[in-house]
Amino acid sequence: MNGLNSRALALIALRFAPLMLFVALCIVFGALSDRFLSLANFRNILAQSTHVAVMAIGMTFVLLVRGVDLSVGSVMYLVAVAMGLYLSGLPLALSIPAIVLIGAAFGAVNACFVTGLRIASFIVTLATLFIGRGFALYLSETKMVFQSDTVQTLGRSSFLAIPWAIWIAAAVACAAWVTLTQTPYGRQIYAVGADPDSAAKAGIRVQPIVFSVFCICGACAAIGALISVSQVGAAAATFGYQEEFPVIAAAVLGGTSLFGGRGGVFGSIFGAVLVQTTANGLVMLNADPYLYPLVNSLIIFIAAWVDGRRRLMTERIEQRKIRVEA
Amino acid sequence: MSDLLLKVAGLNKSFFGVQVLRDVGLELRRGTVLGLVGENGSGKSTTMNILGGVLTKDSGRVELAGEEVQPASSRDALALGIAFIHQELSLFPNLSVEENIFLDHFPKRGAGIPFIDRRRLRDQASKALELVDLKVSPTTPVMRLPQGERQLIEIAKALTRQARLIIFDEPTTSLTARETERLFEIIGRLRAQGISVIYISHILQDVMRLSDDIAVLRDGEVVGAGRREDFTVERLVTLMVGRSIDRLFPEREPSQGPGGAALSVRGLSQPGVVRDVSFELRRGEVLGVSGLMGSGRSELARILFGLDPYSEGEVRVAGERLPPLKPRLAMDRGVAFLTEDRRGEGLMMEASIADNIVLPSLVERSRGFIRWLDPAGLDQAARDMAERVRVNARAIDTAAARTLSGGNQQKVVIAKWLLRAPSIFILDEPTRGIDVGAKYEVYKIINTMVAGGAAILFISSEIEELIGMADRIMVMGRGEIRGFFERASFDRETLMSAALWQ
Repeated sequence: MNGLNSRALALIALRFAPLMLFVALCIVFGALSDRFLSLANFRNILAQSTHVAVMAIGMTFVLLVRGVDLSVGSVMYLVAVAMGLYLSGLPLALSIPAIVLIGAAFGAVNACFVTGLRIASFIVTLATLFIGRGFALYLSETKMVFQSDTVQTLGRSSFLAIPWAIWIAAAVACAAWVTLTQTPYGRQIYAVGADPDSAAKAGIRVQPIVFSVFCICGACAAIGALISVSQVGAAAATFGYQEEFPVIAAAVLGGTSLFGGRGGVFGSIFGAVLVQTTANGLVMLNADPYLYPLVNSLIIFIAAWVDGRRRLMTERIEQRKIRVEA
Repeated sequence: MSDLLLKVAGLNKSFFGVQVLRDVGLELRRGTVLGLVGENGSGKSTTMNILGGVLTKDSGRVELAGEEVQPASSRDALALGIAFIHQELSLFPNLSVEENIFLDHFPKRGAGIPFIDRRRLRDQASKALELVDLKVSPTTPVMRLPQGERQLIEIAKALTRQARLIIFDEPTTSLTARETERLFEIIGRLRAQGISVIYISHILQDVMRLSDDIAVLRDGEVVGAGRREDFTVERLVTLMVGRSIDRLFPEREPSQGPGGAALSVRGLSQPGVVRDVSFELRRGEVLGVSGLMGSGRSELARILFGLDPYSEGEVRVAGERLPPLKPRLAMDRGVAFLTEDRRGEGLMMEASIADNIVLPSLVERSRGFIRWLDPAGLDQAARDMAERVRVNARAIDTAAARTLSGGNQQKVVIAKWLLRAPSIFILDEPTRGIDVGAKYEVYKIINTMVAGGAAILFISSEIEELIGMADRIMVMGRGEIRGFFERASFDRETLMSAALWQ
């Protein structure tokens, strides 16, 4: 009994490990920089983390069914290029649906390989990561792609004193939360992630579900691109480069398992804020830029480690149901 | 409407040119239980998978309530009212009870509205749980429920789909006696409600007790069918194996006065698991371990193999006192362990039979300082061993372990340990879920090992099996040893009461 309790405690501790990490980071950064703990900076962090948050929400869907999408950074760049070069004349009411469609279509390509040819999503999206960026670079001729005034205005303006980026992220989060928790489709995603074979036996259409989550992830990456590019105003050839790392790290730090079946929207948002807080803190401290990748990888490592431990422990708890005849 | 719910006629099915079902015919009346028995690989699962929409038939006719049906998926079968409760349950531990029950037909907030109606979900789930007498909250995650209750959830799920036919495939393998009793009671209730049941089990006593009709399959053919009254357990066994096994256990030369102690355990304790366990296992001896689930027998085995820790006591192998055990150390001292969970822990399901067999011997059988692998030698060793335990497979170097029947899988697990020529072999439920014929072969392998001087710790929940195989039986209960019994004083009643005695 004791063993079980201490294990349950350890599980809870692991669950809150990212939160403790967040608090610890805030204390360290706050102590070292007087600008860090200010309302303006906090607002800044929130605004900066919105695009990662939106993309991490999309990633959560894919991770829930045991997949991964490495191509989100390339989708970002492709969408930014398409917006700047071809959609700049359109009003936002048309261009936003258009880019969401582009993102979803890109996700559908990934999904075709994953569900149709049964190739591991890790490999498929590694390939489309290069294909997507390559294609976009071909379109942009590696030149800086400037965005229309409408897009740039979106990045600078607010509604009810809250930046549009946050409104968009909140809308995506709400839609995703409702989908995952309040619809049959959402609950079936969790079932597929827990055990795809059993899900098929339980009468769930597994392949269409797997297909759809990649589309959702692509669409979210497109929205992330819109938010990010509206804040920056232009997309350089490195726009969205390696963005998959903070996105996956955010989702996993937020408690979404790389092994499928566990996770949620709000965790991913929190993860995104945590990732952005680190980046922001390092800037505030004027840290050596060469240190950034080291710190980022450390955070990813912690996230993966916590996830692995949690899985191991939940498995043990599952196994160790000692059957006592009462 | 006729009394007949299901009529299967002339069913044929081949895999890769091997005919696994030959002209199978079955009939099932409304509100009755059909017991289906047969050895592993006799075609029971194939037949049921066709009914449940997992496989498609080559030819033949399946009629449900007089209409020909051809389910193409589990989903189709469910829509027809055929629910298939697999041996490994299709439940999702990360979802709640209610979500599991209604996973593919959630009540919605209205036509065309894609949202789950949580209140109706809870109400309907509560009603379904009442039908199977399960007193848990519908919002409990399935992760927290024991195996027996999970089975009831599967039944509740079938009931919410208005199942007319429920197929149970080996439902009791992971249930305690109490849970089994409860399951039988519910099957009786289903029957009273006019639901038909197909019950597949290797435990023939259960089949005799539950069924109205019985059908026996052998090598893909129905070799016997009729009312329960027409059968006896002995006749079922004869039909299943095609020859009369007058002895369920092979003859063994009584141990030529067992040798010295191979394994001696003194005062072994681990809080909450085992307490003050002392015994001696001699060379050339089969020491049976009996006890109810949760008596600590499997836990003891795990400790002896170094999988779990112990806080007090000593373990000696061949007289040498061992430091705290680790599996590697135990293996180096000649200990082998056959786990009770062969799917989860004993086999690499996707790897070939040969790869599975040589796995624990790779290091010992490699050559030179760099430990080069010796593919030809390994291959030969795997072949010899597969032949020795008589694994029934077409190609041991290419066929995946997953493709084997349960009995053959178990032989592969035994083979992989035998290759290390263990001097002490701990067998935890070596014959669980395998058929009579395969059991007999496992017993023969045990006898050969013992004749070669190995010591066997044989853990089993089937008392008959221990009585038939063991030289001595050690009874455990609540983590303690309740007593030792010599072969001369083996007696079902005495052993049972020793296990039950508080």
